Amino acid sequence: MGVKKAITGAQAAAEAMRQINPDVVVAYPITPQTPIVEQFAKYVADGIVDTEMVPVESEHSAMSAAVGAETAGARAMSATSSQGLALMWEVVAATPGLRLPIVMSLVNRALSAPINIHCDHSDVMGVTTVGWIQIFSENAQEVYENTLLAIRVAEDKRIQLPAMVNQDGFITSHAVEPVEIFDDALVRKFVGVRSLDRALLDVEHPRSVGPLVLPDYYFEFKRAQEEAMSKVFEVYREVGTELSAITGKQYPFFETYRTDDAEAVVVVLNSAAGTAKAAVDAVRAQGKKVGMLKPILFRPFPYTEVRDALRHVPVVGVLDRSMDFGAYAPVYSEFRNALWELDKRPSMQSYIYGLGGRDIMTTEIEAVFEELLSGELDPEHQRYIGLRG
Amino acid sequence: MKEVYEVRMHGRAGQGAKSGSQLLAEAAFREGKYIQSFPEYGSERRGAPTVSYTKIADKVLKSHEPIVNPDVVMVLDFGIMRSVAVAAGLPDTGILIVNTKVCSTEIKKLAQFNGTLYGVDATGISLELLGMDTPNVPMLGALVKLTGIVKMESLEYVLREHFLPKIGEEKVQKNISMLRKGYEEVFK
Repeated sequence: MGVKKAITGAQAAAEAMRQINPDVVVAYPITPQTPIVEQFAKYVADGIVDTEMVPVESEHSAMSAAVGAETAGARAMSATSSQGLALMWEVVAATPGLRLPIVMSLVNRALSAPINIHCDHSDVMGVTTVGWIQIFSENAQEVYENTLLAIRVAEDKRIQLPAMVNQDGFITSHAVEPVEIFDDALVRKFVGVRSLDRALLDVEHPRSVGPLVLPDYYFEFKRAQEEAMSKVFEVYREVGTELSAITGKQYPFFETYRTDDAEAVVVVLNSAAGTAKAAVDAVRAQGKKVGMLKPILFRPFPYTEVRDALRHVPVVGVLDRSMDFGAYAPVYSEFRNALWELDKRPSMQSYIYGLGGRDIMTTEIEAVFEELLSGELDPEHQRYIGLRG
Repeated sequence: MKEVYEVRMHGRAGQGAKSGSQLLAEAAFREGKYIQSFPEYGSERRGAPTVSYTKIADKVLKSHEPIVNPDVVMVLDFGIMRSVAVAAGLPDTGILIVNTKVCSTEIKKLAQFNGTLYGVDATGISLELLGMDTPNVPMLGALVKLTGIVKMESLEYVLREHFLPKIGEEKVQKNISMLRKGYEEVFK
């Protein structure tokens, strides 16, 4: 049993970082991520952690400094949002190839233009192809636990890849909710220290990091990276089992909610999954069989497991909080791919919601269920929830 | 109590609607309730209209949607009613508490509310006791008097917990006095 506190999603991320006590935290402030590093800076100033906090002049420098620290053998963490992630993209893309297990909080915020500080997933969906492990969190409790989980998965010798832990800007990052914080000593034992075979500062075993690799070997580097990514599933399960011993919870690749006998299922990430659960309850109360699936581990994507979970479902609606202009929306696209192998494929519908922080209401998701059950679908064209006429 | 008890606070940035809704949530949390408290952010600048939400329940709060049909609306700055429909979604049986010296017909008209309007001179109380215009604390006292949604001792506890490291014992005492005075002086 832990201690329950009323804290925000941002504070929950900072609490996990306090327990992890990384060697280095590098960050540049950006709304709505700022309260994470603000809280963490306070821990540093109060001597609660012995992290070296490096304030830098930009996000590009933040990720560069984190790369430097991790290459030297340190455990480094950071946090950002939206434009901050966009600015650090060059180094974000280099990190998996360098096989550095940096864990970063991403507080999801809409990308410019037009400029907007509120939640959507256009920031993260712009980096899902570069090789970071991507984990999504419905609420502050999940932010806290997913951060602990991410460190161990990322740093596992079989993996050595960076991980982002996503939470919805403002909706999660700035909302106060009850969060159970588990015992410092137990969590610190679980987290351990980063051990690595070859630190750059190991003068006995000198090596090169980030060399020029031309057509002769670049391809093999990338294939090795894919090999590591494919092992995340088993490591995630193992680490999840270890974390369960502390928290008493399960750490699946995705959460299903009342899907067993469901005739229509909605798929949705992060905080809106909670709202969708409330909608499921409301529609079920009318005697209609509906359910929800919330992806948690989004990279690597658990295609086989998703397919098995939805095998029996006749209609699947996928809600995306970002667009891929001129193409299927990112989450919809994954689920269409995952379900294509089925002999009897479900009908599908893509929905876009909540861009730039537009509220998503329980009643709107109830209406989605009505539409899915009605069979009036158009799988080739996405529909928009809560869009002004 | 209905399944989820919902309080919406309207104010201007700097008046403490955000911390007011957080203090209320934390007081309920202390009493073993499930809570959510979150502000709606616009462009962040002092004086701009703000909204904050508090949800209190006996069960886990799944939905993260904003409050549409509140049980209580608190208005920290009555002038805001000229531009914001503060009573939107508030049923006639709901409670509207306004920071005002008098519940005049003009204020009732501004509020566009057919139910019972309550007033408390939260600005007067905080200027008198603290020398600053922080109406959120006396307003919370008025809320407790009218609804009993949390205990005064819970609010006093979280006030102390929050403010003692920031403002010291003397000002914490003043805030507790403001809370109590708001409780005593709320009127129809």
